[in-house]
This record gives sequence, C-alpha cells and structure tokens, in this order.
Amino acid sequence: MSETDVSNADVGETAQADPRHTAAIATLNEVLGEAVLAHHSQRGELWVRVHHEAWQRAGFALRDDLGCRWFDFLSAIDWLPSPFGRDMDAEQDWPTTGPPARDTAIEVGVAGGETRLQVFARAQAVEDNPGGANLSVTLKADLPNENPAVETWIPVFAGANWHEREAWEMFGIAFIGHPDLRHIYLPGEFEGHPLRKDFPLLARRVKPWPGLVDVEDMPSTDGGAS
Amino acid sequence: MTVTEREQRAFIAAAAADARVNVEIETEGMTLNIGPQHPATHGTLRIVARLDGEQVVVAEPIMGYMHRGYEKLAEVRTYPQVTTLINRIDWLGSFANEVPFILAAEQLMEVEAPPRAAWIRTILFELSRLANIALFLGDMGVQLGAITPVFFAFRDREFVLNQIESVTGGRFHPNFDRIGGLKDDLPKGWIEETRGVMVKMRNFCDELEALLMGNEIFEARTRGVGVIPADVALSYGLSGANLRASGVDWDLRRDNPCGLVHDQLDWKVWTHPDGDSFARYWVRLQETREATYMVEQMLDGLPAGPVMAKVPVIIKVPAGEAYVATENPLGVMGYYVVSKGDLGPFRVKIRSASFNNISVTPWVLRGVYVPDVITILASLYFILGDIDR
Repeated sequence: MSETDVSNADVGETAQADPRHTAAIATLNEVLGEAVLAHHSQRGELWVRVHHEAWQRAGFALRDDLGCRWFDFLSAIDWLPSPFGRDMDAEQDWPTTGPPARDTAIEVGVAGGETRLQVFARAQAVEDNPGGANLSVTLKADLPNENPAVETWIPVFAGANWHEREAWEMFGIAFIGHPDLRHIYLPGEFEGHPLRKDFPLLARRVKPWPGLVDVEDMPSTDGGAS
Repeated sequence: MTVTEREQRAFIAAAAADARVNVEIETEGMTLNIGPQHPATHGTLRIVARLDGEQVVVAEPIMGYMHRGYEKLAEVRTYPQVTTLINRIDWLGSFANEVPFILAAEQLMEVEAPPRAAWIRTILFELSRLANIALFLGDMGVQLGAITPVFFAFRDREFVLNQIESVTGGRFHPNFDRIGGLKDDLPKGWIEETRGVMVKMRNFCDELEALLMGNEIFEARTRGVGVIPADVALSYGLSGANLRASGVDWDLRRDNPCGLVHDQLDWKVWTHPDGDSFARYWVRLQETREATYMVEQMLDGLPAGPVMAKVPVIIKVPAGEAYVATENPLGVMGYYVVSKGDLGPFRVKIRSASFNNISVTPWVLRGVYVPDVITILASLYFILGDIDR
C-alpha cells in the first residue's frame, strides 16, 4: 500500500497513474499549494490528505475546481488501536491474569497521517467537469490531538451539517463555524464520544460474548436428556 | 427529572413560535409535533414543526430513536458477522445492504466472485429493489388518502419476497451474501417462477399507474410540492430516485458498476426534470418496471459455474482502506471499510442513503403547508433504520 503513496513532490513520476487523478492533483497543488500533503490512488478512487487548516479551502477546491459537486459523506477515523482489543473475552475473565498486552502504536491507512484523529470526506462528480466524468475524491485531514477542531464544510456542501453533528458527537471533533453543533443520535445528556477507540463497548466488557463459540453441540451429542 | 438539552430547545422553539403573530389572519404560531409514531415516518422519526397559520416556518427532524450503533458494533465483530448487522439497516431491501460491504471486503482481499455469483447477486439486488419500492408505490397513495394502492403493494410484494425467501431462506434478512460469492445456488424451478413474478410486478406497476398517475387528486397534491432543484440535491448528497427526479442523470449501476453486472444489461436510467413529489413518484415507478426487465434479462443470460470462489475458512482481510457504494433501492449506500489485517474491520463508516436524503427536509419543508409535509416525507422515501443505523 505504501509504495503507491506519493508525496506531492514527485507527482510527475507516478507511472500508470489515472490521468484524471494526475490532473486533479495538479489542480489541487495549484489551488492549495503547500497544504496538499499526500495522495493515493487505488481502483479509480483518489485520496488526498490536506492540512487541517486548509480543510474548508480544500472543500471549495474540490467542489469548484474539480467539479465534485455531489456530497457523499463526512466522518472521522480514530487511528488509536483499541485499548480493549478486538478479542471476545469480557473483563471479568481477567481477574488473575489482567488484560493481555496490546499494541498501542498507531498505524495509519492510505495517504498517511500523523495524528490520532483524522477527518475524512468524499465528494463525487456526477456530470462532465474539468476533472473528467465521475471523478471521486476522498479528502483527509489530520487533526491536532489536543482539542481537535476543523472548519465546517456547511458553506461548501449544505448536507455536511448533519454529518458534522454526527462526527462531533461520535468523535468529539469541533467544527468551527457550525451553527448548530448538538447531539443528533444520542440523548442530550450523553457524555463521551462513542466511536473513539478508548470508549469501551460496555456490553462487551461486562458479559462474555455469546457468539464466541459459533458452533453449538448437536442435541444428541451433549450427553443430557434429549 | 432533569431537563435535556433537546427539551430545552423544544421549549424555546415553542415560545418563539407563540411570540409570532400572523398580522394578516391573526393566528398565533404554534409548534406541531409529528411523530415519533406516525404512519408517514416509516418508523420513529419525529418532526417538530413551528407553524404560522397553516404554513411551516421551521421544521426540524429529530432522530436517534432507533440508533443502534452499528459502526461501533462492527468494530468488535468478524467480517461474516457484520453482514448480520447491516441486514437491518434498510430492512425492506436487506439483501442490497449486504452487497456493498461484501464488495468492499472482496476488494481488500482481492477476491472476485465467480460470474454466476455476480449475476445471482445482481438478480437478488434487483429483487430487493422491487420488494422495497413496491411498498413505496403503494404507501405514497395511502399518505395522500388512497387506501387501495397499499393493498395492491402488499399483495404483490409478497410474490417477490417469496422468491427471495426460496433462495435465501429469509424474507427480510437474507444474510445470503458471502465474501467470495454466495451461500447457495438457486433452487430448482426458481427461474421460471421468477419470470411469472416479473410479469405480475409489471401488472402491478400498470395498475398503480392507472390508479394514481392519472388521478386528479394525486396530481393536485404532488405536482409542484416539495421542489428540490438539482444544485440543492447535489449539495445535500441526495441520491437514488430523489436525485434523478431533480434532473441529474446519475446512477451508480450504470456509471460505476463495481462487482455487479448491470453494465452487461440493456436498460435505461429514468430522470425527471421537475424535482417535485410527483417526479419522485414517477421516477420510482419507471425504475420498478425497468428492474423487472433487468431481472428477466439476467434470468436469460445467467452463466453456469460455481457460486463461491476459493476463500479461506477463517477470513482475514489484508490491511487497507476501501470504499464501495452501490445504487440501493433508497439511493447510494456505501461502506468505507478500514482493515488492519484482522478478523474484523478496524472501522466501518456506513454511508446510508436515507440519512442524506432526509437531511434536506429542513430546507424543503420551509414554507410548505401542513398536509404537504406528509406528501414530501412520503415522496422522499426513507427507512428509519437507514437513517439511524
């Protein structure tokens, strides 16, 4: 995966790159300059990582210069490996051994990343445009670990309103300039940000996962009364 | 009892509406609460509308009554277990929910389903659409005061559900799609039965066209009601028939067919320039009929061969990120899957169609009359599970 990552310095050297993507990156470099940090192409999709201070400008560039006028979604990723792991045992199974050692190193995905929280959004062109038909771009931006905040995308795509409310409630990311940042799914008094990896899924912590054993004994083999 | 932030806001909204007095007809403002339990909301959506006389000043949808947290739950499940969850997102067309997720996982694993599996997948995908949209076509009539269409819809949808059930074993939650193919092949005699059902569905479309399309009341209540221009539809991320009814000629089945076989069929994308409730109904009606022709073509051209590729028993998906979206009955549904080479996904972002489709309601409901609220909600067609996830 990493070998296809290219920084914006060696854009010209990407062999067999999608010409639409090359053109799109050139346009973004022109409009945003230093703010374009990395990009990645894979199966017709283009990922571009921008600086979080240029997030809204990048949105406008995406819409106006690349012609991606259809807003798809906006959300975030918490790259911290879950301190609770993915394993299926409940906390009550650990009283003597304690929780197993876990890898806490952050490994980021395509187009790289430097911090724990990353906001990402996707837009697509639905008609002929300078970037070519059906160009779709996923923008990413790393957020600072302390007080993650980024400018709102509502001026770019009106539909970002609810997506930002969701990202705010689930990840605790502030969207500067959002007029109506309040809970969308959870009750108003809810504390915490459920989709952050350090938010425990309590149902899993207190009770062993019944799906751990997928295969049940046949009634005839369990030895009991049938 | 503590007062929640939401209740505080509702109180403030009510006070603000009461303070408004319409000078012309001297009516005081009021707050009308529609839902959470209302037939027009297909579940538990609540709409708080501040009224001025009979006109809506501000309408605010409140959801979360059915939030199940699938994105969080998916992080502690294995890939095959996730399909059980996502079946429940759009419960009327649930096989279609599984498809983009399975395709995303296959893309990360670099596995491709055998041709026969891809064709059967597409058949079931379109059958889900028929079962889903048939209910819309009847339900829209009910919301406007015509009872008969919904009986026809429930009657004829059952034929489609029977076909889905005889393949998958489940009427609503098939859980039939597997990474690398399908659980089983089609049962014996299924193809001929399905041909008969497609004829029935076309008759159903004709009946509804005769009942509603030429109906004076239906036209009067839908024409020009809830107009969404194309640029608004694009910026809110509307998709599916809602977008095509605003004149945007865009359908993922034609424009980005990843893994499904729509590109090998002869069919047409229907659009309508008006962008009103009538256009949305009309586009869906045409799409339903088009889907029956697509299914018939696929039944004719179904290739032979296995329905399952070679995949390991324990599925580990290599690290990477993939986003796959398909044109589901309700609109574009996509899964952004982040894998770290584990048994289960690291993060799944579910991009559901109804969430975006319904996010336009505060914009489109401003200034409409109260009965039109129901028309517009019905014509936007959402499933609550698809909003709340």
